[in-house]
Amino acid sequence: MSSTAALWLTVVALGIYHGLNPAMGWPLAVANGLAEKADRAVFATLLPLGGGHLAAMSVALVPFAWLAGYVSWSRTIQLGAGALVLLYGIYRLVQRRHPRALARIRPTQLAWWSFWMATAHGAGLMLLPFTLGLCEPSSADGRAAAAHATVVRALGSSNVATALAVATVHTVAMLLAGLLIAWAVYRYLGLGFLRRAWLNLDVVWAGSLVVAGAAGVIYAI
Amino acid sequence: MENVRPDPTFHPSPRLAMQAEPEHLAYTALLSSDRSRPDALAVVDVDERSATYGTVLNRVELPNRGDELHHFGWNACSSALSPLSCNAFVKRRYLVVPGMRSSRMYVFDTEPDPRQPRLVKTIEPDEIRSKTGYSRPHTVHCGPEGIYVSTLGGGGTSGTLGPPGIFVMDCQTFEVLGRWEIDRGPQQLHYDFWWNLPRDYMVSSEWALPPQFENGIVAEDLLGNKYGHSLHFWQLRDRRHVQTIDLGANHQMVLEIRPAHDPSRDYGFVGVVVDTTNLEASIWTWWREGGKFHARKTATVPPEPADPSQLPDLLKGFAAVPPLISDIDLSMDDRFLYVACWGTGELRQYDVTDPFKPTLSGSVRLGGIAGRQKHPNGRAFGGGPQMTEISRDGRRVFFTNSLYSTWDRQFYPDGIPGVQVMCRTTPQGGLELDPDFYVEFGDGYGAHQVRLQGGDCSTDSFCYPSA
Repeated sequence: MSSTAALWLTVVALGIYHGLNPAMGWPLAVANGLAEKADRAVFATLLPLGGGHLAAMSVALVPFAWLAGYVSWSRTIQLGAGALVLLYGIYRLVQRRHPRALARIRPTQLAWWSFWMATAHGAGLMLLPFTLGLCEPSSADGRAAAAHATVVRALGSSNVATALAVATVHTVAMLLAGLLIAWAVYRYLGLGFLRRAWLNLDVVWAGSLVVAGAAGVIYAI
Repeated sequence: MENVRPDPTFHPSPRLAMQAEPEHLAYTALLSSDRSRPDALAVVDVDERSATYGTVLNRVELPNRGDELHHFGWNACSSALSPLSCNAFVKRRYLVVPGMRSSRMYVFDTEPDPRQPRLVKTIEPDEIRSKTGYSRPHTVHCGPEGIYVSTLGGGGTSGTLGPPGIFVMDCQTFEVLGRWEIDRGPQQLHYDFWWNLPRDYMVSSEWALPPQFENGIVAEDLLGNKYGHSLHFWQLRDRRHVQTIDLGANHQMVLEIRPAHDPSRDYGFVGVVVDTTNLEASIWTWWREGGKFHARKTATVPPEPADPSQLPDLLKGFAAVPPLISDIDLSMDDRFLYVACWGTGELRQYDVTDPFKPTLSGSVRLGGIAGRQKHPNGRAFGGGPQMTEISRDGRRVFFTNSLYSTWDRQFYPDGIPGVQVMCRTTPQGGLELDPDFYVEFGDGYGAHQVRLQGGDCSTDSFCYPSA
């Protein structure tokens, strides 16, 4: 398997992981389905959750992908991004409390809530090292050609396109995983399952950030 | 204090709460009626298989006097499973106990031994006053951002500088964070509050300001209709007042708020202590329809004629005993509403399957100003049914007999020795007093609110429907 395929698979795997994590919102889809006694409420809830998640991914990924266009700085940028993710992971390990402000968002503002939830968890940051890997020009020829300013611009925009593609693929995987579990709980497993399935992933999540950040740093070195 | 899984006593829906194992312990707030001794928290064994069933296992005394403990609560409950707050891994572990007269608050840790709660934190009145401008903390609920505490007094020693309201505390550090209200609208009086979490609204009620209750009921204010008579509705997350419903000035003292436990049901109940035109007490149903809130009187309890020689001075002129609905409680399945008539000494059970047509489905008599009904075990009972707590499965209903020390003396001049009793119910309606459950707390102590280990029908709020 090529390294590019492995990176895309990582992006999809992280999408499934985020989708299955109750903190990213699938229990809301279950609650709304039960409250309205309608299947469509389960689906309808997941759309704003996905929209908010996509926005959170894009906000974290696009600026770095754009910076990655400055090829001569690419290693520094990768090191910096890796270190940032690593430090955020350590911070989340130490400070595990959830921001109180998240509880103040109204239940009707689901996309907004999803955006802030993903951002506060560092969900977008977690993808950053892998995205920068995909944005990296793959050949020495590319590096040489990149010296030219117009090429740099072109590369910059294609990196942004790559980042948006990563955000979209990740979000689709997240949505499908969330939909699968929300539907299974709503239709077959019942609320009792919610109690069993709601594991405290805070440490695992913070650990994932540390691993992703460390991978980015190692990749850059 | 974090778990890997949610606390097993947190339940997504009321139905799952009903299926949980029965309670083993009850915690009961005791207050020294004449303030000569410190108030205390009693631990009562309510496990029928236990050798010490129906006895006081432990009594933890407070370090101060004159606190007057009232409606305490857990630091965390089923509301922690809210998918929005994402704070599912706190524990139902600490009891947060407000002193209504002193404005002091206490935090008890029920671990490692729930039979021996330990006092771990005292919050002094100055801290509450300086951070919130409020005093006389009264009711505690665990909610979206932490612990919500309602207050009956504003600032200053008399509690009349500014309106009372709700403040928020951190549910892990117990730090007082500040006022909850951002826009309080016309709300000036306060008593109880509760909410519908997924539908994002809060309902609050009105009793009176401290000068109107601390030294006893003020008869002129009551007859002048100067006690609270309105319901307030709020946007919960926006922390904004949206609507007032005035029940009419004669409907004096709008107290306990009981929303349907199932969050897909958009209604609830509130009890009114006394109608000054005819001394009757009433139950009102409030509901939301078309984005607006409405309220309607759905049940009344008439006063009972009595020989003036049997009555305290306050009531002699009326030759009747008002029912004085001081507490109501709704079973977890939203089917039965229990109504404590502290004056006449009756606990009523209404079938509220149709919330707009409560039908009387059961009643027990115990105590009462004129009735003085004895317990089935033959013992006298001071006061009348007061703070009521229903087991999660709805089969047992506990109640105590004291309302508020100075009011106790006005209505029951012979004194109210603190007692906790229990009724058994049948699933189709009907209740009777259990002759074998009679917990005495000793003379000089009044008994107020009861909290059940693992949650009860006036603690927990749910984010998922039972469907």
